[in-house]
Amino acid sequence: MKFPILSLTTYIPLIGALYLLFMKEHEGMVRRLSLAVSLAALALSVLMLGHFDPKSAGFQFVENLEWAPSLGISYKMGVDGISVLFIVLTTVLTVLCVLVSWTQVKKYVREFHVALLVIESAMLGVFSALDLVLFYVFWEVMLIPMFLMIGIWGGPNRVYAAVKFFLYTLAGSVLMLIGIIVLYVHGGKTFDVAALLQVKFAAPVQFWVFLAFFVAFAVKVPMWPVHTWLPDAHTEAPTAGSVILAGILIKMGAYGFLRFSLPMFPDATVTFAPYILALSLVAIIYGALVTLVQTDLKKLIAYSSVSHMGFVTLGIFALNRQGIEGGIMQMVNHGIITGALFLLIGIIYERTHSREISAYGGIARSVPRYASFFVLFVLASLGLPGLNGFVGEFLVLLGAFQRDRIVGVLAMTGIILAAVYLLWMTQRVLFQEMTHPENEKLADIDTREFITLLPLAVLVVFLGVYPNPALSVMHASVDQMMAKMEAHKAAAITWAQAWPF
Amino acid sequence: MIQFNAADLVWLLPEIILFVTASAVVLLSVIVRPEARSGLAALAVIGALAAGWAAYGLSDGNVELFSRMVIVDPFATYFRYLFVLAVLGGVLLSVRTLQTEGGNRSEYYGLMLFAAIGMMVMAEAGDLLMVYIGLELMSLSLYILAGFYRRETRSNEAAIKYFILGTLASGIFVYGLSLLYGLTGTTSIRAIGEIVSAGGLSRPALVLALAMVGTAFAFKVAAVPFHMWTPDVYEGAPTPVTAFMSVGPKAAGFAVFLRVFLEAFPAAQPDWNNLVIVLSILTMAVGNIIAIAQTSVKRMLAYSSIGHAGYILIGLVGGTAVGAGAVLFYLLMYTITNLGAFGILVVLQREKGRVETLDDFAGLGKTHPAAALGMLIFLFSLTGIPPMAGFFGKFYLFTAAVKAGYVWLAVLGVLMSAVSAFYYLRVVLAMYMQEPAAAGAGEPMSQPSAVLAVTIAAFLTVGIGILLNPLLSLAAASLPKM
Repeated sequence: MKFPILSLTTYIPLIGALYLLFMKEHEGMVRRLSLAVSLAALALSVLMLGHFDPKSAGFQFVENLEWAPSLGISYKMGVDGISVLFIVLTTVLTVLCVLVSWTQVKKYVREFHVALLVIESAMLGVFSALDLVLFYVFWEVMLIPMFLMIGIWGGPNRVYAAVKFFLYTLAGSVLMLIGIIVLYVHGGKTFDVAALLQVKFAAPVQFWVFLAFFVAFAVKVPMWPVHTWLPDAHTEAPTAGSVILAGILIKMGAYGFLRFSLPMFPDATVTFAPYILALSLVAIIYGALVTLVQTDLKKLIAYSSVSHMGFVTLGIFALNRQGIEGGIMQMVNHGIITGALFLLIGIIYERTHSREISAYGGIARSVPRYASFFVLFVLASLGLPGLNGFVGEFLVLLGAFQRDRIVGVLAMTGIILAAVYLLWMTQRVLFQEMTHPENEKLADIDTREFITLLPLAVLVVFLGVYPNPALSVMHASVDQMMAKMEAHKAAAITWAQAWPF
Repeated sequence: MIQFNAADLVWLLPEIILFVTASAVVLLSVIVRPEARSGLAALAVIGALAAGWAAYGLSDGNVELFSRMVIVDPFATYFRYLFVLAVLGGVLLSVRTLQTEGGNRSEYYGLMLFAAIGMMVMAEAGDLLMVYIGLELMSLSLYILAGFYRRETRSNEAAIKYFILGTLASGIFVYGLSLLYGLTGTTSIRAIGEIVSAGGLSRPALVLALAMVGTAFAFKVAAVPFHMWTPDVYEGAPTPVTAFMSVGPKAAGFAVFLRVFLEAFPAAQPDWNNLVIVLSILTMAVGNIIAIAQTSVKRMLAYSSIGHAGYILIGLVGGTAVGAGAVLFYLLMYTITNLGAFGILVVLQREKGRVETLDDFAGLGKTHPAAALGMLIFLFSLTGIPPMAGFFGKFYLFTAAVKAGYVWLAVLGVLMSAVSAFYYLRVVLAMYMQEPAAAGAGEPMSQPSAVLAVTIAAFLTVGIGILLNPLLSLAAASLPKM
């Protein structure tokens, strides 16, 4: 048996969490231990990326064990060019989350780190599971610690936000469970993703299971109009929670589209793509317009996520190579940039205890290093060429234009609006007159915070100037998916075909 | 004429062990000094463990005894394990509360063991008369247990309600039984099945008999609209008894359901299938929706247990082997989780006063982190969130429904699970997101045996994924004859 690097990466955080849960270490030790654990996971994932063969389109580092053969459930893990990037993104962001929580989390410290590490395990599991039941288990496991994280360590309105988050996501995913079971019954009594990818499902099955999966993924992404949990959850969550939510958790929905919806239900994908493109455009433009009027920094970034994730789904459902690769790049980049922006807001909130834009103004003078990072990530977020945000959005727009010129033009407005709300916000926070004299004495970022932000800044510049390493990892897998959809000669399903009775 | 062969009694060793232990406990409780009476709980535990061990020893058996009055097959063995588990949970949870609230009268343990014997007899019965004997043995013991705290009005009320409605249900069962006897001239489940399959019965009479037998078991498993007794009885009964009552009789009811309906009435499947579908939908909907309005956690769990009967009924729809396997598996998951959930209520009990309302749970995460974590696990298991036991149970049930062609029923089931999340979540909110109430409520009593039971249940609930395959195989190998 080969070295089970995927399982090891996935469960190291969980083992750390269990240790913290049962061994009552003191707070400093808890923080150091969870830093060590998350660093170990990071090291393993980087090691894995180093050994990843970008030329192969198939699943790599596959582990396949029997779990419950009588029900067709196996313990199967593996990554391809699409998922491996998210694994690394997860491990990177978790380390930063531990670092940023060093001083921000003061109550229930042990429990906080237990929750954080369990979430990390679950996220890594989602991206590496190759069995639908295993996938569903990881997908849902995350709900509990995330719910607690928002509800216990969150802002003033945390309970409302936590419950909303939990109920929205749960209601979205339960239908996916039925979809999974239907696939099992119609797909040869197996939950093995690789095997199910080879099955050509009948039109009604594709139609309805696509919808069942769509609800689950659309809530997670979140797409308009089921996005309303996101501003609440992101705003009320503690900084680490916001980073995880914005950085990785909402990517799981888009990842689901790529892993399951497109390759398993090509006909249904073609059928629904126009509607999903329309929803994505609404998300892009409506999300941007709502962002414009936000006065709360966190809420502003949260709504901007709705708009940015609209680009992701737009790219994916443009159904061409540029669009899909752009969508994946946009996911990774959005994870890095928005993660960084939430870190920055968390850092300033810790000092002033205010998230209102009006509480700031002109603070660039008192916190110059902070301001430099802030401007860098804002520019990356609005898609300045040379920084990573540009790469994904450009590819997505390329894909959109190929698909339909009108779609491309409409999506373009989202980029313009993003420049408006981000620059206007930056102006009001960092520049202009210093309206609050107490901000004169704001402390600039210290070494720990600097170390937290630096890796993301490096990634922003690196992936902006030279995105090829990330793109080349995914080429083979995306090509294979496109080839499969073409081989299927995917055709739209009519309502008469889909009606099961 | 029933053929009685004394050597066959060895197959009933688990019941005999329980009977001897129960009798010994009842007799000794008169002699033993009050302070030593918790020793009788230990005796009951040993008896239950011995019975479980005997059941394991006989687990290879697949025999029909005493002219097929009793069947000892893998199906019966599975339920023997389940009832041993339930009675172990019941006894371990009771030790301390019995001393403080129950007047320390230890014939209580004897009654619990007798109830377990009744349940086992129900699961082993090959004849409707045996079913009735088991049913009565179980029910009579439980009536007394529900009212065991004599000085407590609610406990008395619970006992009387349970007794009156339970007797009515037993009566209806006997009506159905006599009707079947009149129609077929036999009470043997298999003989009835043969006559029904041969099509020798007039349909209205058969349907009437079916409905009557079905009603009695719908009552025992607390399916809507025969659930009226459940909230009051569960709330009023001593909490350890509620824990026991919410799992044991339910499993026994479903055991009979499976045995009788799959073996005696497979030919009448179209007739009872629609009945079961209606029962299932009503039970899921009423149980889960009314649970939302409860402010008492104990009462909420009572309604939630009604809702769970609704999920289990989904497994009976279609009358398939996969469905039966799913029911067996779900019952085990449910038994572990529900014993744990009620067990937390027991563990938190104070010297004076039970812990029952949502307010009592406020801030529990801060004041009693271990108990709160346990409750969190059990509640999410009842919701059906992986990796908890409840998830795998529901997953199997819904798979069975989809396989049998009832996708819409499975969809309804998962939507009801999402509804249930709402009320389970409220307890979690209270525990972790509210400040503890002002001090003065006092500390929970020290209850090592109850804590032990709850801890084991919690570990099983979380770690079931590891044991998944052996347990699934066990359930799949324990199907009734179909």
